[in-house]
Amino acid sequence: MSLQNRNKFDLQKLLAPSVLVILYAFFAIFGKNFFSSYTLKTILESAYYTGLMSFGITFVIITGGIDLSIGTNLMCSAIVGGVAYSMWGWPLWLALLLVPLTGVIFGFLNGILVAKAKLPPFIATLGMMLVTQGFGSIISRVQTQRYPTIGTTDAWFKTVFYRAGEFPTGALYLLAAFLIAAFVLSKTRFGRYVYAIGSNEEATRLSGVKVDKYKILAYTVCGLFCGFGAILFASTYTTATPGTGNGFETYAIAAVIIGGTSMAGGSGTMVGTLIGIFIMAVLRAGLSSMGLQGHWQTFFTGVVVIGAVLMDNLRVRAAQKVKVRN
Amino acid sequence: MSNQKEVLVRMTDIDKYFPGVHALDKVSFELCAGEVHALVGENGAGKSTLMKVLTGIYQKDGGTIEVMGQLVEVHDAGHAQKLGISIVHQELNLMKDLTVAENIFIGRESVKNGLLDKKAQNERAEKLLNSLGITIPATANVGRLTVAKQQMVEIAKALSYENTRVLILDEPTAPLSDVEIEELFKFVRNMRDRGVGIIYISHRMGELQEISDRITVMRDGQYVSTLITRDTSMDEIIRLMVGRVIFEQPKTKSMVKPGAPVVLEVKNLKSREVKDVSFHLYQGEILGLSGLVGAGRTEVARLIAGADKRDSGEIYRDGKLVNIQTPADAVEVGIGYLSEDRKRYGLCLGLTVANNIALTRLNNFINGIVINDRKIKGVAGEYKEKVDIRTPTVDTRVRTLSGGNQQKVVLSKWLVRDCDILIFDEPTRGIDVGAKNEIYKLMHELIDEGKSIIMISSEMPELLRMSDRIVVMCEGEKTGELSIEEATQEKIMALAAPRK
Repeated sequence: MSLQNRNKFDLQKLLAPSVLVILYAFFAIFGKNFFSSYTLKTILESAYYTGLMSFGITFVIITGGIDLSIGTNLMCSAIVGGVAYSMWGWPLWLALLLVPLTGVIFGFLNGILVAKAKLPPFIATLGMMLVTQGFGSIISRVQTQRYPTIGTTDAWFKTVFYRAGEFPTGALYLLAAFLIAAFVLSKTRFGRYVYAIGSNEEATRLSGVKVDKYKILAYTVCGLFCGFGAILFASTYTTATPGTGNGFETYAIAAVIIGGTSMAGGSGTMVGTLIGIFIMAVLRAGLSSMGLQGHWQTFFTGVVVIGAVLMDNLRVRAAQKVKVRN
Repeated sequence: MSNQKEVLVRMTDIDKYFPGVHALDKVSFELCAGEVHALVGENGAGKSTLMKVLTGIYQKDGGTIEVMGQLVEVHDAGHAQKLGISIVHQELNLMKDLTVAENIFIGRESVKNGLLDKKAQNERAEKLLNSLGITIPATANVGRLTVAKQQMVEIAKALSYENTRVLILDEPTAPLSDVEIEELFKFVRNMRDRGVGIIYISHRMGELQEISDRITVMRDGQYVSTLITRDTSMDEIIRLMVGRVIFEQPKTKSMVKPGAPVVLEVKNLKSREVKDVSFHLYQGEILGLSGLVGAGRTEVARLIAGADKRDSGEIYRDGKLVNIQTPADAVEVGIGYLSEDRKRYGLCLGLTVANNIALTRLNNFINGIVINDRKIKGVAGEYKEKVDIRTPTVDTRVRTLSGGNQQKVVLSKWLVRDCDILIFDEPTRGIDVGAKNEIYKLMHELIDEGKSIIMISSEMPELLRMSDRIVVMCEGEKTGELSIEEATQEKIMALAAPRK
């Protein structure tokens, strides 16, 4: 029986990675110049900030919630840091501390609205999406914020967070963020409660777990990841434009879903999310290597999201039909 | 009697496998026209699975099904309906905001010129209800009916398919009062006399004697025996179900040690449903909390457990006033609440047995900040043995376990937490005789360990057998308190019945 379990477990774990490998192989064969270290770097770089958002929102989705404000929260955090740096004249390192702090504050507010004010997460975070977008415009007086780039003062910023020569330093942060997120989700009390809340919030509460506290924490952690994502975003693009950022959440959430996390809560893994992120990044780079531009990428991302959930449903149904004879 | 009668259903050598479980092992079952055939067995014996195979919800892995002499494969619930088989599930499936008529004819509405013809539909429904002797207006909102009436609607719906010859009733009396049960029985007999074959699933032994013609016993996924009810005793049935003889007798005197301290006292508890309730609990005592459904027993329990907020009232733990506002507060002072609805309030069905058990006391399983999963599994394994949870491994998801085993997981949760006061709310509801006795035994073991128990139960024999003292409630008020020496079913009923 335990053997049986393990086999099923492996199969489930192998589905998403094999899709990733197949996609990569497909584009390597049919794409133009896809199979190169340059493209690999592009894939990595395009995954930086979406990846961070996806890790963060994985916690929220497993509790059975949703956070629609992650995209605008990220942009708002990047703008706040930019304002501190260029308009208030703060040293860069201090401005960079303010970035995740901003993300945390908005995440915390989401948590309060959901856990304490009992607003449905969809509504609370939809509101917060507009609030963060507006706040970014207000504090920056609708000015695009610029972060230092190569050749200017504080050029270390790009080197440290984006690329050092040919070395993609940002990937290290992505990896570190993944390891931390995976550890927290699977090995800490908070992580275990996240699953329990998503599986049955009331039963968890009656077990003596301070459910409100841990829900607030889940949204706050999500905000923190958005804040770190904002630093990686700023280092990649060096500008943060007020009024943008919404739409990012779609891709971040899509990656989580492709990674096999259930929107109903209670199940999902960080490894799945990581693979989901790379499936999307490979898709983006691959389609453009075949000469298909942005609108095609949007189209196919949608197809992959639907396909991933369909496949997962089929897999679950197939698993239920498995006959085990002792 | 059955030899002349038409055989409606004949299931032969049915096999069904689930991962790790041989759920049905060559089970055979036969239903004749005009009989009430009871299907009994412990939880997990395979009754529900067998019925799900018959109604097409599960596909069998072996054996044959004949319906009215024809070999059939039942593809899904709709197909079962076409074959004349209707089921009324334990949980009613009605749309509360729709009318009786709309519920009965959902999916088959009366239509005129492409539009709904409510008038014709209501007439159709009235006619059906009249023919069944049910006095419910077709235009009534289902949500406003009592549970008993809702169940009648559900049965009427099942019989509204004109070809229905087989009616399956799954634990139909669980939510009903005695008067309502009498009404249901009258109705069932009426159906039987019209030649409908009725499969009746129940845990209540007394009922079977009253309503059934034949009884088929299942145990551990296997067919045990089919008996003619009037030629058999209930002791015999129970013996076949559990494979051993069980004696049920009331407690004759309190087992509480003289001079035992009061571990819990509640004073003037008040909320919307609870009106000024006070009582106390001694160490080592099982305090029964009795009353009719809706008397406010569960509400009192939820106030003590911090699950709901009280308007006023005080709770004392070992003589000290404690401020319980949340379940976490209650757990902190050693009060654990085992809800009557374990799926909604007791378990995270999607999580493993081990993780459910560890949930009340995760702090014990942490080194620094890292959860020690090995320790969790180890402790869960101990409880698997101690409480005899029948699960392939402690990594199995709780969803896949049977009701009795799920209840044991809930119990283990609170044993891990080592609460000194446990509130059991209908601990044996929907649980078979064998598992019941195991739960009783566990409760006694807890008492021997010095714990104290409040037990809410709707079953009088259970209360009289387990309690040292009984508090009776009616309509939110405490109407009396009886020592076990003086308590009788009659005295309890007198206190529990509303005085008007």
